Amino acid sequence: MSDAHTSNIEEDGETRRDFIHIAAGAAFAGGAAAVAWPFVMQLGPAADTRAASSAEVDTSKIPLGGEIRVLIGGKPFFVRHRTEAEIAAAEAVNLSKLPDPQTDDERLVPMMNGELNRAILVTSGACTHLGCVPVGPAQGNTGDFGGWYCPCHGSHYDTSGRIRKGPAPKNLPVPTYAYLSDSLIKISL
Amino acid sequence: MSGPSTYEPKTGFEKWLDTRLPIIRFANDTAIDFPTPKNLNYWWTFGGILAICLVIQIVTGIVLAMHYVPDTSKAFASVERIMRDVEFGWLVRYIHANGASMFFLAVYIHMFRGLYYGSYKAPREVLWILGVVIYLIMMGTAFLGYVLPWGQMSYHGASVITSLIGAIPLVGDTVKTFLQGGPAIGDPTLNRFFSLHYLLPFVIFGIVVLHVWALHVPGNNNPTGVSVKDVKKDTVPFHPYYTVKDGFAILVFLMIFAYFVFYAPNALGHTDNYIEANPLQTPAHIVPEWYLLPFYAILRAITFDIGPIDAKLAGVIAMFGAIAILFVVPWLDTSKVRSMRYRPLAKQFFILFVLCGIGLGFAGANNPDDLLFKFREDQLVVAYTDEAGEAVKSKGFDDYHDAEHFMQELPEAAKPGLEISKAGFKWLWAAQLMGLYYFAYFLVILPILGVKEKPKPRPASIADSVLGHKKASSGGTPIPGGANASPARDDA
Repeated sequence: MSDAHTSNIEEDGETRRDFIHIAAGAAFAGGAAAVAWPFVMQLGPAADTRAASSAEVDTSKIPLGGEIRVLIGGKPFFVRHRTEAEIAAAEAVNLSKLPDPQTDDERLVPMMNGELNRAILVTSGACTHLGCVPVGPAQGNTGDFGGWYCPCHGSHYDTSGRIRKGPAPKNLPVPTYAYLSDSLIKISL
Repeated sequence: MSGPSTYEPKTGFEKWLDTRLPIIRFANDTAIDFPTPKNLNYWWTFGGILAICLVIQIVTGIVLAMHYVPDTSKAFASVERIMRDVEFGWLVRYIHANGASMFFLAVYIHMFRGLYYGSYKAPREVLWILGVVIYLIMMGTAFLGYVLPWGQMSYHGASVITSLIGAIPLVGDTVKTFLQGGPAIGDPTLNRFFSLHYLLPFVIFGIVVLHVWALHVPGNNNPTGVSVKDVKKDTVPFHPYYTVKDGFAILVFLMIFAYFVFYAPNALGHTDNYIEANPLQTPAHIVPEWYLLPFYAILRAITFDIGPIDAKLAGVIAMFGAIAILFVVPWLDTSKVRSMRYRPLAKQFFILFVLCGIGLGFAGANNPDDLLFKFREDQLVVAYTDEAGEAVKSKGFDDYHDAEHFMQELPEAAKPGLEISKAGFKWLWAAQLMGLYYFAYFLVILPILGVKEKPKPRPASIADSVLGHKKASSGGTPIPGGANASPARDDA
């Protein structure tokens, strides 16, 4: 041992053995990271899960004043057919009073011809407070502002899905969606 | 306390084995002849009780895994099949479900014991830290296990908890997706939760081995906190003295356990979990199992932004901080006196701490906006808008007819509405006060008290404390009272 050690001493006190230690350590760390990578990545969404991350909805089937609830990859979404009164209420709101100011138009996506379809509102179905699913027209409770009411901690959303009262900090997010025709929409996660 | 081994192999086989695998010697030295302080009280039996709890959970869990199906479309039905069709399945599942509660009951008593008698102080810091690690993994395991029956509370409880992880800045969403294995809780989540729920108890088992090892180096603490000085006078062999004492306590504990299993198997659970999970319908009131409620209360108590940290993230930090703080207790408590038996002030703060812990549990079970108590009778209030249509005004009434009359006189545009106004002390405020005390106990009271408090005189030895110092005069005079400046620091 000592022979090998002394014979390897170089001018600045570093030995070839030091180099081998560092090189072996680096190779080990790199190898460990390379092996860890697939074991971490397998935790992520699998290809079939990712493939099931969009859905098409025929909005012409939704009764006026009603909504349908869609599950995409386990996440709830609301597609609501708003009445004229509900649209008017959503547009009449004084923005300065909103906790998360957004106009009703900002929360809509244009159709293929570039116009807004104000009758159809698409939002996430998870309350921005802790992720509960708010109740709506089908459950007979639309809250104080005519939109949705979250029974968990009492958040009220208006007919544009904007937060008006309660602990939720944000409006119900509008998902990525596009009109495939006048009545068919495709919602993606 | 690991002194020289007292084991002497008698038979030829024992001698042969002892030079090859000294396992009998090991068992003798750790569980038979291990010198144990002679003054341990019943609070010290919970270590043995916890070992039994772990074994019960592992055995019943392995049996349940033979019948359970980790598939979102079959999980709930497979649990019902265990309850109805599998021979004695109901018994095994009820033991497992209530066993989790019993496990936590015992671990909380065990931890409070450690906090009261200063069992975390030198030289037992590593022993304490290993215990906190076990507790942390226990909570993780319990959370994972609660998701498996795929009931409403399983599903929505899990989505609330995983959404908390999403609150972590920058990496939160990625971590959440990797935890769930998809955009929301679903089949991938259930499968990995089942896999980890099966794994973690064995991890706990491994750390328990380390915990016992770390215990057997310095030996047991004891109610006086005074270290063993004379192994002959201060200790007795573990067997039969403590095997019998622990055994009796385990039997009493199992009787309480059996009461729950046979007479109140669902008393500690939640009825909503007997409804199959429905992602589109959230239960009105989401609560975790009782043993996690104090931390849930701390999570919800932070309703305000702290500097640049928003309320949701601050709540998450407070909740994890409440557990993380236990790791550094050995260095937060500055007192050299281990046992609070001789710390008159610390004892009172400790009792308040225990009450706050229990109180936080109740705060976690209640809706934060519900009232703990009322300031006054509920009042009728008419809310209406003024002429400009802007400000909302309100007026209180004692009598319904007066309120009705007032409403009729208002113009239509005022949109009057009748409400009931309640005034009282909210559970939220109670949770905030008790949460504050929880942190203050560790961060302010324990550090300051160790310096300021004047402890009572401690016995010179364990033998003295058992026999009284008249009889054990050979043990010397008791340590005089006096602040930590006292020269006798042997119990430190």
